[in-house]
Amino acid sequence: MNEFLGLVFTSDFLYSILRVTTPLLFAAMAAVISDVAGVPNIALEGLMLIGAFAGMYFSYLTGSAFLGLLMAIAIAVGAAGVLAFFTLYYKTNIILGGIAINSLASGGTIFFLYLTANDKGTSVALASKVLPKVHIPLIKDIPIIGSVLSGHNVLTYVSILAVVFTYLLLKRTSLGYHLRAVGEKKEAAESVGISVAKTQTTALLLSGLMCGFGGAFMSMGYVSWFSRDMISGRGWIALAAEAMGMQTALGSAAASLLFGVADALSNVFATMGLPSDLVKTIPYIATLGGLTLFSVRTYKKVIKN
Amino acid sequence: MGREKTFSIIRTAVSMMAAVLVAFVIIVLVSDQPLESIKIFLLSPFSSLRYVGNIIETAIPLIFSGLAMAVLFQTGLFNLGGEGVFFMAGIVGSMAAIWFDLPLLLLPFLCLLAGGITGVGIMLVPGVLRARYGANEMVTSLMMNNIAYGVGCYILNNIMRDPAVSSLVSYKYRSSSLLPTIISGTRIHFGLIIAILCAVFVYLFMYKTKGGYKLRAAGTNPEFAKYSGINVKKVIVMVHVLAGAVAGIGGIVECLGMHKRFEWSSLPGYGFDGAMIAMLANNNPFGVIGAALFVGYLRVGADLVNRFADVPTEMIAILQSIIILLISAEKFLNKHKQRFIERGVKYE
Repeated sequence: MNEFLGLVFTSDFLYSILRVTTPLLFAAMAAVISDVAGVPNIALEGLMLIGAFAGMYFSYLTGSAFLGLLMAIAIAVGAAGVLAFFTLYYKTNIILGGIAINSLASGGTIFFLYLTANDKGTSVALASKVLPKVHIPLIKDIPIIGSVLSGHNVLTYVSILAVVFTYLLLKRTSLGYHLRAVGEKKEAAESVGISVAKTQTTALLLSGLMCGFGGAFMSMGYVSWFSRDMISGRGWIALAAEAMGMQTALGSAAASLLFGVADALSNVFATMGLPSDLVKTIPYIATLGGLTLFSVRTYKKVIKN
Repeated sequence: MGREKTFSIIRTAVSMMAAVLVAFVIIVLVSDQPLESIKIFLLSPFSSLRYVGNIIETAIPLIFSGLAMAVLFQTGLFNLGGEGVFFMAGIVGSMAAIWFDLPLLLLPFLCLLAGGITGVGIMLVPGVLRARYGANEMVTSLMMNNIAYGVGCYILNNIMRDPAVSSLVSYKYRSSSLLPTIISGTRIHFGLIIAILCAVFVYLFMYKTKGGYKLRAAGTNPEFAKYSGINVKKVIVMVHVLAGAVAGIGGIVECLGMHKRFEWSSLPGYGFDGAMIAMLANNNPFGVIGAALFVGYLRVGADLVNRFADVPTEMIAILQSIIILLISAEKFLNKHKQRFIERGVKYE
């Protein structure tokens, strides 16, 4: 037990929670925005992977991490645009479209990795750039808190802004109102003059934007290279977090943090020789339990009325 | 009916051709010797018995996952749990293949049974939650994928792992549990026959039994099905049982047919492939076999271009996503098709 506490109550551990939560926050916000608008985007995994590759490759080409980030965002948004085009104008089922984008991303990035780095595993042969770490003045000098909160990659702070952005977008803006209206009842929204296709396209593009950030963090912050399938399930975890957070920005952010803690804990458990594989399933079991409770409650309400 | 069928065949053919065309474009852009590479991609898969064998081996797991997805789609359900089922059924079946000792023929049967039951067990969770409480089966099945993966990895790491081998694989299966090769000179194994039997079974069930009729009715129009006295909840559970059993058997068949140990270190991807196969087949069980062979052909072709020319095999992923997008984009054509058929009826 002492060993456990010794490993957990360190500033390193708390720091690592924020680090592993960053991509989850971006992806969870992407999930919230698209799901609220009634176009559940399951291509988060693929969009982040595309973003990660683009960030790595263009920062290598241009020598600028910032340009890499911009391209990561642009290309992830472009891929989300393809998804939007097919689902909204050609009426492809959004889930099947998502599967297609995921498949495209997982194979396509390896394809281009091979063409550019002549390697199917990692991009270490390409000297790509890393986004800077930010040391927050004043806070960084506070003992313990400083070492937990300061010194993160710039995108970690952006991910927190992304949560605030999503929250305000959905609660305070007319676009957010339209997104919710379209997701709630398409026909009603249309009857008052809201364009369903336009609104849902916006939602998907915004989710692509979030995934671009998340992907760029993975290859230009979390580590300094691209490797095949490096998102390793984070897009799916974000969907779970969004389900657990009941489609709200803050709830999903809290759930992402929980998944982040579970991820960090499973590393600690692994060093202690406990079964980390099983620890990693706890958040999913919790989500499943939460969903079940939620559905049972809704079901009973419907029966009563 | 005749017109409708022709239409859907033309559509599928068009998307298949589009995929092959895109393959040409990719090869021309990437390869230094494009003509040679295209020739390899198109023709080499048929150039030797071994390569034809490769096509069929590749198709076997795709048939199982395609069948599972086809029955789910046919009922209007979006369950993506095939991934977890394949993995976990492989784990449980492998445990049987490692530690049980039964006389010949009984052991593989037991392994398949173990895999099938595991699949049913996993699929029942999203199935029952959907049927009883209306919980979204897509989200719950994705959770089940991760849970199955975690539990499976735990079993693999802590119970089944062969410490004598440096990579993460299980102990060797008992040789009596392996599915025999049925065509010498290839690795085509007995799983092919099981896959075809499954397709026949699913076909008979879907089109020749009352249960199958209910299933299809619930998929086309759940409200109508409900008012005509079909217990839609029961149908949903039944479909999940069927899909789980088929996918579960598929998982262990792939392990016992192609490998000597449990070798998957991540979710194998067959669950999602199944969606593509089912769509190519228009949810028809026999169509699934054809679709799986077509995708198997593309994969072997891409693999050969990778080996004998200079195009990375991963171009297959680009082709697959194009197939999925195009085939499902046909909802767009559907409207025209509907009008086309209606007009035909009017003039008759």
